[in-house]
Amino acid sequence: MTASKPTNANFDRFLHARRKLYNYIFLGLTGLATAIALAALALILETLVVKGVAGLDIHVFTMSQPAPDMAGGLLNAIVGSLIMCAIGMVIALFVGILAGTWLAEYGDGTKLATIVRFLNDILISAPSILIGLFVYELLVRPFHGFSAAAGGVALALLAMPVATRATEDIMRMQPNALREAGMALGANRGHVIRSIIWRASKSGLMTGALLSFARISGETAPLLFTSLGNPFLSTKLTQPMASMPTTIFQFAMSAYDDWQRLAWAGALLIAVAVLTTNIIGRALTRGSTHK
Amino acid sequence: MTFEDTTTDHRTVMIPPPEADRVIDVHNLDFFYGKSQALFGVDLPVARNKVTALIGPSGCGKSTLLRTLNRIYDLYPGQSATGEIMFDGENVLDQAKNSEQLRARIGMVFQRPTPFPMSIYDNIAFGVRLHRSVSKADMDVIVERSLTRAALWDEVKDKLSLSGLGLSGGQQQRLCVARGIAINPDVLLLDEPASALDPLSTAKLESTLIELKSSLTIVIVTHNLQQAARISDYTGFMLLGKMIEFRPSSDAFVSPETQQMQDYITGRFG
Repeated sequence: MTASKPTNANFDRFLHARRKLYNYIFLGLTGLATAIALAALALILETLVVKGVAGLDIHVFTMSQPAPDMAGGLLNAIVGSLIMCAIGMVIALFVGILAGTWLAEYGDGTKLATIVRFLNDILISAPSILIGLFVYELLVRPFHGFSAAAGGVALALLAMPVATRATEDIMRMQPNALREAGMALGANRGHVIRSIIWRASKSGLMTGALLSFARISGETAPLLFTSLGNPFLSTKLTQPMASMPTTIFQFAMSAYDDWQRLAWAGALLIAVAVLTTNIIGRALTRGSTHK
Repeated sequence: MTFEDTTTDHRTVMIPPPEADRVIDVHNLDFFYGKSQALFGVDLPVARNKVTALIGPSGCGKSTLLRTLNRIYDLYPGQSATGEIMFDGENVLDQAKNSEQLRARIGMVFQRPTPFPMSIYDNIAFGVRLHRSVSKADMDVIVERSLTRAALWDEVKDKLSLSGLGLSGGQQQRLCVARGIAINPDVLLLDEPASALDPLSTAKLESTLIELKSSLTIVIVTHNLQQAARISDYTGFMLLGKMIEFRPSSDAFVSPETQQMQDYITGRFG
């Protein structure tokens, strides 16, 4: 077989010119789409920073919700969000890490694991308002009142599937050789998982935790049905509790300039918090892969 | 690099060590990955305080055979073995037997170094702590002695608290050897331990193994025929899941009896 060299005779110039044109058009379209996305992001950030910074002052962190036209801040919302996110994260990490470990280590290949994984994936993409309604039926109605505890549980249900998935993924990345090496020394399965595999997955697990925290810290819908909101600083788990997202929602819808300014400040605070956790999470992942 | 069995020589040649010297005695071992059979009636006598090398082309079952000796295949559902692996008067394959205790007595070093994500010191201490409680002072002694026997002590004695992951490949592999011998096994299994190492690290590892022979029994799988000839006392040649020829290494590489082994060691296939 002889290789035929392209000669001018079988070299279709028109075809090449057309391909080149298509290439430029395609390049232009992808560039345009990127520009649109970036422009939207830039506009959002610009508005957020300009209006948010204008609303920021020391009172935001030291005073609770004001009456209209009075000085005040977001202290009740900040504290409430921290408490409920903490409840949510503790539950979500406890369940998520253990469930993810089961999926990756023990359940692998079983039918039950396939079902659990499928349901977990559904839960990841479930609308958060649905979770809110579910917890409302489960913890608010039977106890005749909104509560911070219910809010924490709702957030836990949102973070749990994310933590489960992240745990399973990171543990699957650990080579079987590591498991075999542990067992070859006479360790049992559980011991290998706890003292070798979890340790090897440490930074990945941390990233998963931060990402699931980022996921729940801005959620409004599930809290509207559960912790409701509270104009006063409260740390009682059985009582309604303020949170950043619900307070922003309430203030932004109001007719008072002060409240709207505070809403912008709150939005900026959440954005910064989420951005920071995301950056830390990503930095940790990078650190672990470049070891 | 595939092998087609075109010879008419279907003999099995066994020149085993005397029965009294055997620490492990494998008889008629079959192994299955799910439904596909990987070992067919394999025999393997392992002599005490000697190095036994398993050679053969890729996929011949030598690693599989090694992995049955400490039942590490247990980790994977679907893999199963039948036959007899006598060790200390009992059949290893007897599922009722405690595999954690078995593995404490039959250690293993893998193809790629597998340091645990912890300090060099803890890499050694991990296995020891599994089987007995040891005071800090005693542990210090065990760590030093194990690293010394694995010819790694001088290189790491000033950085015992640093991560084992920071060592070079050759050092990591010797750390794995040190970790394996720290729990005082009777037998050490090595699955191509030098395949990921450079020649200098390989030489160091080999001399370590020869030194270890005085206190324990070694079974090593290797693709490197020179390595098998250099360090082993007995050599088993496997092909397509069968033990074809087993004999003292002193003549295994000079005058193999079977056509297949001759072909393999002269590089005609494999």
